[in-house]
Amino acid sequence: MTIDHKYGVPTVAFHTQPFERVVRSVTQLNGMPRMRQVFVPQPVMGKTPQQLRAYIDGTDPITGRPVMQEVIEGLTMPLDDEDLKQITFERSTPRLVEPDTEENLHRLFQDNLWTDYLPIILPTEERVAAMLAHTSRKPDEVVGHMRATHFREYWEYTVEKVAVNAVMAGAKPEYFPVILALAATGASARGSTTSSAAAMVVVNGPVRHELGMNAGIGAMGPYSHANATIGRAYGLLSQNLQGGSVPGLTYMGSQGNNYAYTNVTFAENEERSPWEPFHVQHGFKPTDSTVSAFTGCRSTSFTLGLREKHWREHTRHMLLGMDAHNPPTLLLDPLTAQQFIDRGGFTSKEKLIDWLYDNARLPASEYWDYQLIQNYIYPRATFGEEPWASQLKVLSEELIPMFRREDIHVVVVGGETNGYWRIMGCNYQKTISVDEWR
Amino acid sequence: MAGGDKITVLNPMGYPPTVTHKPLAPRLETLDGKTVYLVDCRFDDADIFLKQVQAWFAEHMPGVRTVFKPISSVYTRDDPATWEEIQAKGDAAIIGVGH
Repeated sequence: MTIDHKYGVPTVAFHTQPFERVVRSVTQLNGMPRMRQVFVPQPVMGKTPQQLRAYIDGTDPITGRPVMQEVIEGLTMPLDDEDLKQITFERSTPRLVEPDTEENLHRLFQDNLWTDYLPIILPTEERVAAMLAHTSRKPDEVVGHMRATHFREYWEYTVEKVAVNAVMAGAKPEYFPVILALAATGASARGSTTSSAAAMVVVNGPVRHELGMNAGIGAMGPYSHANATIGRAYGLLSQNLQGGSVPGLTYMGSQGNNYAYTNVTFAENEERSPWEPFHVQHGFKPTDSTVSAFTGCRSTSFTLGLREKHWREHTRHMLLGMDAHNPPTLLLDPLTAQQFIDRGGFTSKEKLIDWLYDNARLPASEYWDYQLIQNYIYPRATFGEEPWASQLKVLSEELIPMFRREDIHVVVVGGETNGYWRIMGCNYQKTISVDEWR
Repeated sequence: MAGGDKITVLNPMGYPPTVTHKPLAPRLETLDGKTVYLVDCRFDDADIFLKQVQAWFAEHMPGVRTVFKPISSVYTRDDPATWEEIQAKGDAAIIGVGH
């Protein structure tokens, strides 16, 4: 869109068929609803040149017209009155929903795609006011901006809007500062990505105990009111405050992701961890309360403990099983954290991360051939961005790191019923003070 | 709250930005003798697709000069250097393949 509008170059854009609604929506919201688009069948990825040539020689699956005729016309047909019409969308969201019965309102919220299809608590003024009473911030203060994906527009939200979604999720009012801090990250738990990502939330500091959060047995499962509803609130506020999470429009996850219901929300087991808490690693004091948001959660691998003879190989195999574009965060039961010290001598998380970085390596040719590396890293490497530019120069069989060191993380969670541990493929976004949102 | 009573609740949606119209660039009278940039967004084999578009022009509209041009980085980043090159040296652009 930029090149057509800003640089004055007539442009036609090719897209694949399933993205028609997304494309129409994005061009409309960017003020260019008449941007010239041509659609071809899905997929392009993996097709031979001959198969792709058949797309080009064929018809647009949306309009039924010849593909290249649409391209030529898109570049040469004069703009008409509709193109030249000055359109301005003055959109606003009303504060209240039209009064109705509880039954009808529940149906309305579901029909408007404002829920996750699990029962919600209706956000009455009394309930929202009770939520607002647990922060010193004013209801109309802007908390942040969020969007479903990089090519959509940012939406804005206030403290009161976050409170509405917190009520819907069933959160207790005392959880509200944690939920506000999550909203303040600006990181969406309802990203539109075709890869079906969810979020992960790690809470640190005294607030874990104040709210009765679970860091022990079943911490990542449905065994804590606070864990469950804070994580659910993060999902609901993301979908509603960013302007929706509608399949085929503002959500394109091909398979979907069950983690998205409560977004893997838990407290770090700081008391049983042999290492520094996660928030202290990121510049906070142990007495600070924080929440850390991770996105891109899709893949998980697991095993039990660390065997004396082959723990290095087992761990390496788990790392190699990750997609190279989805860096590892180790979620270690305290028993396993201690085993990493006993077996490997990793007396700090940083030492363990160094080892993981050094051992998660692939032959260069294999690394660069990953589709997501081709899509997102290879282009950056070819134009000189480090460390990838240097890694692009190595011989094809030489081992290169799968991940940047700074993208690897370790969190301790679990109740020591056994030494199970997992690797979550995800992207750390940021850590926010909960205390500042009290 | 009795089941049949009407109640008032708050709207959970955030605030969207105001959308203003952005005009399209004037279209060309003809592509004959013009330079059309085929802009590879570097996603999911778009390069193979656009080279077939290039082949189509060579066969069916040989009077059109095509330039295959990958964007400078990933499609998530703006690329003013490429847009300025196309503005200076080209007449039109075809971008693909979006998803």
